[in-house]
Amino acid sequence: MTLLKETYLLLWKDLLLELRRRESLLTMFFFGTLLLFVFHFSFDLAPDKIVEMAPALLWLAFLFTGTLGLAQLFNAERENHCLDALLLSPLDRGALFLAKTGFNLILMLLVEIVVIPLFWILFNLHSWNLLPQIFLVSLLGTVGFCGLGTMMAAVTLRARARELLLPLVLFPLMIPVILATIRCMENILRMGELGEALPWLRLLLGFDVIFLTLGVLLFDHVIES
Amino acid sequence: MKKGAQPIKKRRGILGALALIAIAVGLYWGLAIAPPDAYQGQVQRIMYLHLPSILTAYLSYFLVFIGSGMYLWKREKRDDILAHSAAELGVLFTALTIIEGSIWGRPTWGVWWTWDARLTLTAILLLIYIGYLMLRSLIEDENRAASAAAVLGIIGFLDIPLIHMSVYWWRTLHQPPSILQPNKAPWENVHPSMLIALTISFVGFLLLYFYLLSLRYRFGEMRGEIKAQRLARGG
Repeated sequence: MTLLKETYLLLWKDLLLELRRRESLLTMFFFGTLLLFVFHFSFDLAPDKIVEMAPALLWLAFLFTGTLGLAQLFNAERENHCLDALLLSPLDRGALFLAKTGFNLILMLLVEIVVIPLFWILFNLHSWNLLPQIFLVSLLGTVGFCGLGTMMAAVTLRARARELLLPLVLFPLMIPVILATIRCMENILRMGELGEALPWLRLLLGFDVIFLTLGVLLFDHVIES
Repeated sequence: MKKGAQPIKKRRGILGALALIAIAVGLYWGLAIAPPDAYQGQVQRIMYLHLPSILTAYLSYFLVFIGSGMYLWKREKRDDILAHSAAELGVLFTALTIIEGSIWGRPTWGVWWTWDARLTLTAILLLIYIGYLMLRSLIEDENRAASAAAVLGIIGFLDIPLIHMSVYWWRTLHQPPSILQPNKAPWENVHPSMLIALTISFVGFLLLYFYLLSLRYRFGEMRGEIKAQRLARGG
């Protein structure tokens, strides 16, 4: 119970900071939108092609914006030795992991809630009724991304060129999530339901559970001062 | 010099010599004695290098995992050196595997590279462990580098089954395993001579692997010793 309470307090601190500064969310949101435009110009997609390409394009946009968020996830803690102060306090390191994961998750979900409908508008898709299912898959994928991503952001925290290093170590590890979300979304867009992609969804769930647990267990070792 | 360094050096020399002999015998057996493959002809002989390479690479990643776990648990420098050494060798053997595979793939499939599941998996492994080595080299503080790398070593290894599953569901074109099949014993599927050549090669690669690992491990130890001596002299 204390773990949840500590997580909540830390998460609230990050949200409050974000509310006052409005740094990450706005940059991530505009970057995501910008990517949609860039994709549109680079592919010049025909309407029948777009259904096939949509999942991959959406996930690329989320991967890049998510990485942008992860890269500045610990920025507030780097100033004025705030991280050391946090580590000196008697809180569970697992709570710090969950709070940071939760924070990045909230940012990404807010971006996705706007970017996905925007994608439907910009690319003239008509399957609005499928959006809830797309959101659900996207949510599961984003949880996995944020869990593992927070770990990797912490692992690269003290490295030189950490903004460059982060995607380098993160993306190969994210392959299961990338493949699973894209296959699930493809099936949903094509058939109107998950259908054969159910094993993919299970894989995604498994990934989320495994890496959230590992994060809580291992975060102590990553973040030590 | 540390006490007992001399016998270790001698033993390592013997290990290296044995590795050389075993690989030479394995190659001779594979290239001259074993019959060519019924379908693929002479090209198939690269198997005697290809299979041992990838198996030693996997052994490497397992050792990275063990070393990383032990380091986080006990915080002993030697476990970290083991993980670091094994990661370097793993990258080396994975790269070798991919190169050998390309050389074989060109005459057999007609292409140097194809996005088949097993090839993709191997390439992803290479990327993960190159990332591991880069992470190590970009963190100045040694202890921090060690624990950060250990966490990546553990996560990377545990991710392999998931990557394996996803990539296999994604696509499969690679020929199914020809030696280990569920319904037959290994010696019924292949010519016994082929199996002997493969076994000798594999033993040779294992010996070579442990020879290199012990060299690389000693190198890691020496780096620590030099650093300690420098600190002691105040320079």
